[in-house]
Amino acid sequence: MSTDTLPARKEAAAPAASSPGGRNTLRHKRRRNALRTLAFMSPWLIGFGFSFGYPLVSTLYFSFMRYDGLNPPTWRGMENWSYVFTDLPKFWPAMQNTLWLAVVMVSCRVVFGLGIGMLITKIKNGAGVYRTLFYLPYLAPPVAATLAFVFLLNPGTGPVNSLLEAVGIPAPSWFNDADWSKPALTVLAVWGVGDLMVIFMAALLDVPKEQYEAAELDGASPWQRFRFITLPNISPIVLFAVVTGIIGAMQYYTQPIVASKVASGVMGGSGATFVPGYPDDSTLTLPQLVYSLGFSQFNYGAACVVALVLFAFSMAFTALLMRRRGGLIGTGD
Amino acid sequence: MTTATAPARPETSPALRQARRKALLHWIAVHSLGIAAALFFVLPFVFVLLTSLMSDNQALTRDLTPNSWHWDNYLKVFDTPGFLTWWKNSLLYAGLGTVLVVVSSIPVAYALAKFRFRGRHLSLLLVISMMMLPPQVVIIPMYLFWAKQMDLSGTLWPLIIPMAFGDAFAIFLLRQFLLTIPDEYVEAARIDGCGEFRTLIRIVLPMAKPGIAAVALFQFFYSWNDYFGPQIYASENPGAWTLSYGLESFKGAHHTDWNLTMAATVLVMAPVILVFFFAQKAFVEGVTLTGVKG
Repeated sequence: MSTDTLPARKEAAAPAASSPGGRNTLRHKRRRNALRTLAFMSPWLIGFGFSFGYPLVSTLYFSFMRYDGLNPPTWRGMENWSYVFTDLPKFWPAMQNTLWLAVVMVSCRVVFGLGIGMLITKIKNGAGVYRTLFYLPYLAPPVAATLAFVFLLNPGTGPVNSLLEAVGIPAPSWFNDADWSKPALTVLAVWGVGDLMVIFMAALLDVPKEQYEAAELDGASPWQRFRFITLPNISPIVLFAVVTGIIGAMQYYTQPIVASKVASGVMGGSGATFVPGYPDDSTLTLPQLVYSLGFSQFNYGAACVVALVLFAFSMAFTALLMRRRGGLIGTGD
Repeated sequence: MTTATAPARPETSPALRQARRKALLHWIAVHSLGIAAALFFVLPFVFVLLTSLMSDNQALTRDLTPNSWHWDNYLKVFDTPGFLTWWKNSLLYAGLGTVLVVVSSIPVAYALAKFRFRGRHLSLLLVISMMMLPPQVVIIPMYLFWAKQMDLSGTLWPLIIPMAFGDAFAIFLLRQFLLTIPDEYVEAARIDGCGEFRTLIRIVLPMAKPGIAAVALFQFFYSWNDYFGPQIYASENPGAWTLSYGLESFKGAHHTDWNLTMAATVLVMAPVILVFFFAQKAFVEGVTLTGVKG
């Protein structure tokens, strides 16, 4: 924030020479600058108010009300809050699933993404082809990718289980088994690890070459080079990947809902009502709970409570991301 | 290679040969790992493609490759009621949405990157918070507004209209890109008496093309892939579904088997992958830009 480049301050720095008329033009100029900023910022100011400020306050308001969308809302104090935390049978399973995803899925993605990134930086010819192949799955639309994996992993005719059985490994039922549904989602998430791969590649290429050369002269083993040179150099990026991964785990919605719908056979148009989390709440997450409370049970009050819990967690981790300056997310200059 | 050069320089040959052997082993190790990883990433696509070409009967078996190639499966997918409409809706949502987001986000990103004003830091923090906000947090009031006040449920407009007021991710990515353009260009234009708006259009935008391309791509893919939005606002009206939303119901609603479902899956993936091949550089740049540096 060097003051020299601020046009507004430059004028303010020389008040001695300014006549009353000059002061007027100064004030005029400041007002014009403020108006100009306002004009440039205006799309977002409207957007922010409309899709963040207002609905957030409104969500808080509805969390204290009983409202089903038909009858007028009535004030119920903390009733929805105590219902969600003590009586809603699906709330704690959803929290547990989120914890599982945040620990297992995120670590698998980070370890695998880093491994693939390191592998690519080691390849001298053909790296471009490998990079494209590794990156493609990340681009596959989530609904299409999930549908593909429900097919690939389906216990009846899926190619994966055919191959596993051919080699003599007992094949699990993946999306149809409560113990295997989250690992199946993890396989899907690891398949789409291209985003992390690109970020890690950039970080790995930034590690100073001299440090490796010096270590090699000292006779450091490959593991020592990784542990004492690579890891310390890329640790901010690893932390970034972990924190954004956790935020992603809390917001995990499309893949589990599509997988459970297709695997359970209860889909749009079939008439039966779908209960998210199939099998046995094992894939339920907080956003799905918001959806099912709000849009199948029309309990808007309770849905808003869950939404605010989701909000609190997301913002806590976002704050963590922004507090760590110098690497994570650039908010400074 | 090794045997041919070794006799020429006998005194260095053992060390040289050892180094070469080590390099060769390293090459083999790296590439076998690379090929194993490539199989993991590519095989799912291959199996999906192969199944999409099977006959109805064969799709019910555990066969991995089709006995006869049924390219007409793809025509059948297009004949399925709704499929073409979903395709058009996806293009409308993604195309119009992208144009609106790019146009409305550019001035905001420019102000955040190049203007100095009170509240600039706070605005940026709020943009990032908005970027990280799960859409489900605010969905109840948003739905009530669009469905009850505006009577627009059953259409995609509740998703498209807000895009005219900037998108947090697009603003953030563009701002990161504009920071890489030296301030001197902007200041020189100001000294020459060029107004801010003209500076933005004439000087900054031509230099920001790669950043804008990345934002447009991300935005297009976001809308194309969006499942939650159409589910909330359009689920009651199949005429307003997008491909990503309609695809999920494809298998159940039309009593089709895996072969047609996989053909439809390929048709949803194809545009995204085609676009990626044409714009790979812009895309990868965008990922690195939002991830790493400030």
